[in-house]
Amino acid sequence: MSEATKTGAMPYDEMYATDGAVRPHYRAYADWLDDVPRQLIERKRSEADIAFHRVGITFNVYGAEGGKERLIPFDLLPRIIPGSEWRELERGLSQRVRALNAFLADIYHGQEILRAGRIPADQILNNAQFRPEMKGVDVPGGLYSMIAGIDLVRAAGADGRGEFFVLEDNLRVPSGVSYLLENRKMMMRLFPDLFSRYHVQPVDHYPDLLLETLRAVAPAGVVDPTVVVMTPGAHNSAYFEHSFLAQQMGVELVEGQDMFVQDDVLYMRTTQGPRRVDVIYRRIDDDFLDPLAFRADSMLGVPGLMRAYQAGHVTLANAVGTGVADDKSIYPYVPEMVRFYLGEEPVLNNVPTWMLREKDDLAYVLDRLPELVVKEVHGAGGYGMLVGPASTKAEIEDFRQRILAAPEKYIAQPTLSLSTCPTFVEAGIAPRHIDLRPFVLSGGKQIRMVPGGLTRVALKEGSLVVNSSQGGGTKDTWVVD
Amino acid sequence: MLSRTADHLYWMARYTERAENTVRMLDVSYRMSLLPQSNGDDHGNWRAILDISELSDAYARTGRPLSPRDVIEFVLLDRDNLSSVWNCLRAARENAHAVRGKLTSEMWETTNTTWLEIRDLTPARLQDMDLGAFFEWVKFRSHLLRGVTVGTMFHDDAFQFARLGTFLERADNTARLLDVKYHALMPAGEDVHNATDYYRWGSLLRSVSAFETYRQVYRDVITPHKVAELLMLNDAMPRSLHACLDEIVDILGQVANSRSCETTRKAGALHASLHYGSMDDIFAVGLHESLEKFLACINKLGDRISNDFLMPVATP
Repeated sequence: MSEATKTGAMPYDEMYATDGAVRPHYRAYADWLDDVPRQLIERKRSEADIAFHRVGITFNVYGAEGGKERLIPFDLLPRIIPGSEWRELERGLSQRVRALNAFLADIYHGQEILRAGRIPADQILNNAQFRPEMKGVDVPGGLYSMIAGIDLVRAAGADGRGEFFVLEDNLRVPSGVSYLLENRKMMMRLFPDLFSRYHVQPVDHYPDLLLETLRAVAPAGVVDPTVVVMTPGAHNSAYFEHSFLAQQMGVELVEGQDMFVQDDVLYMRTTQGPRRVDVIYRRIDDDFLDPLAFRADSMLGVPGLMRAYQAGHVTLANAVGTGVADDKSIYPYVPEMVRFYLGEEPVLNNVPTWMLREKDDLAYVLDRLPELVVKEVHGAGGYGMLVGPASTKAEIEDFRQRILAAPEKYIAQPTLSLSTCPTFVEAGIAPRHIDLRPFVLSGGKQIRMVPGGLTRVALKEGSLVVNSSQGGGTKDTWVVD
Repeated sequence: MLSRTADHLYWMARYTERAENTVRMLDVSYRMSLLPQSNGDDHGNWRAILDISELSDAYARTGRPLSPRDVIEFVLLDRDNLSSVWNCLRAARENAHAVRGKLTSEMWETTNTTWLEIRDLTPARLQDMDLGAFFEWVKFRSHLLRGVTVGTMFHDDAFQFARLGTFLERADNTARLLDVKYHALMPAGEDVHNATDYYRWGSLLRSVSAFETYRQVYRDVITPHKVAELLMLNDAMPRSLHACLDEIVDILGQVANSRSCETTRKAGALHASLHYGSMDDIFAVGLHESLEKFLACINKLGDRISNDFLMPVATP
């Protein structure tokens, strides 16, 4: 294990070096912050609250009636990434997503990586996320995850440098990009003078990139493809994002009931009669896409969609069956995929991971539960995990029993000391742990992303859990040269 | 555009218009009940309100007495009465929410704010309010939504379907109002050319904002015959059947698709019956019969529009 991931190391702070000096890329911001009266910041905070509340009312009150949805807190202090660092990340993200797409193409075709013995075949073929329906189906450009969200964290190294690690790949329906865009809009509105001091790389062209990406993966021969965004409906917690992206791209936001399949061709019902659909940016899980192919009780899907898809008459973005590549049990093999398919060494490292299905790993982990993080292979959103150092003895013992009952359902990782970033809190400004989710778009021959990504921040002191469902907030993310 | 999107816009407009016309009807009954000579026929007045919206049976099932307060509460706020103003404004907002991305922010905020303001209104709180002012509020929220729709929305098909909803609902509501009120006010055997009750006919005109218009057009005493003419045949009177059909025919011409020929033809025929109709012919058939026939046509036209452009409705 590298020094960087040892438990208990001082977290890397994005703004301050260990000696307390402001890091070079934050200097202009720190000067500005020194000059600004506290009352102004307070006023801007309440301005942001009001504005977001208004947006919140317009978008979230509906859900709030059911008590499910609320505003995601927004922090005014930006997370700043130097351009040189971002370019390195971009290289690593692009490499990783290329390898993951190559892997998906491979396991749904020749399965060479399994035959080469680099990944145990049963890990893939018996995985609930593996979709036999996709075997032999050719997808445009050989691309499966056109929109990927890769979660990165930074941990402190012994040399005081922070190193980025990939914590998780999200290859199915990653969300959050609307917050990235809304956060930037809010910051530019609140602090226009800051943007004249800094050359912050813009992000607002994301919807254009997304639309180009989706058009690039249209079925072969379609000249002017019709693209739609498919949502489970207004009651979905991410509905705001679905509606936002459709509006920004200028395409229709459809539900399953708006479409039908005839002779393996997909149409949507319009006021001018049926209109053919070529590309679906679907924000709905595989299971609900087509009641004839997957869950028969799904009211959200379109009967026959899967057949139209298999016939190559419509493109789904992301493809069906990408979950087999972002499952936590597959994650440890991603660096191997980079080597196998690209013949390159990974630019971005994984967090060291123990697979509890392996006897040796299991024994090692059970001995060290109070130090480690244990995650359910199929868990998401910060649920179903044990953070050893933050848990009581009873909680640890309880989790130990759960692991012993089904060790193959768990992986373990060292407790990473996620980097911190100064954040406005009740008592002023204090460091809080953060992560980063860049969105990687693959269409045609190109892989593109807007600089930075969504920075999530754990607002509770000492907390390492940044998920919005667990009290996390967000920050604007600046890539500056 | 997507049929479901058009459907939501159409119903957003219809429910808003329905809420507005419902308070217009309540308003006229409420005003009439305040007139000194009203007493014995009060029941008839309030029963008429329920008849207009085909709510008499539902009301009877609640076991409430036919008192002004109970009827007003039922028509304004009852959660179980799907035609109540409260439910109309909720439905308008739900339809708007489903197509939020197609609305301008002013349209969305108007619908949403209306709903948020009426959402927590209870009968108990209503009692402390000035009813007339509350009716005005509902009317003005509807005016506001229509105004921001015309003033901010791109005039494409989405706009046309929202407008279509407004005029179809208004044609229906004006016809109902006239039908029920006419017979409540017009004792059998009386001559339609004679004024029977200036105040009551005046209230009816006021309920459709047509009192001054009547004066301007006829410069004459208020007679039932002329009131019916103004609300049915005068195409310059914005709430008249003729004016609504002008708009409906115009919009159907603009959004026509390969399936809608018959719908366009039916709308045109209905329009022609008003455009070339005369009150003498209408009274010869019978006003009630004519209005019933009109309502059946409007109802069928609504179904045809849904099937041709929007979300298909089950037809018997």
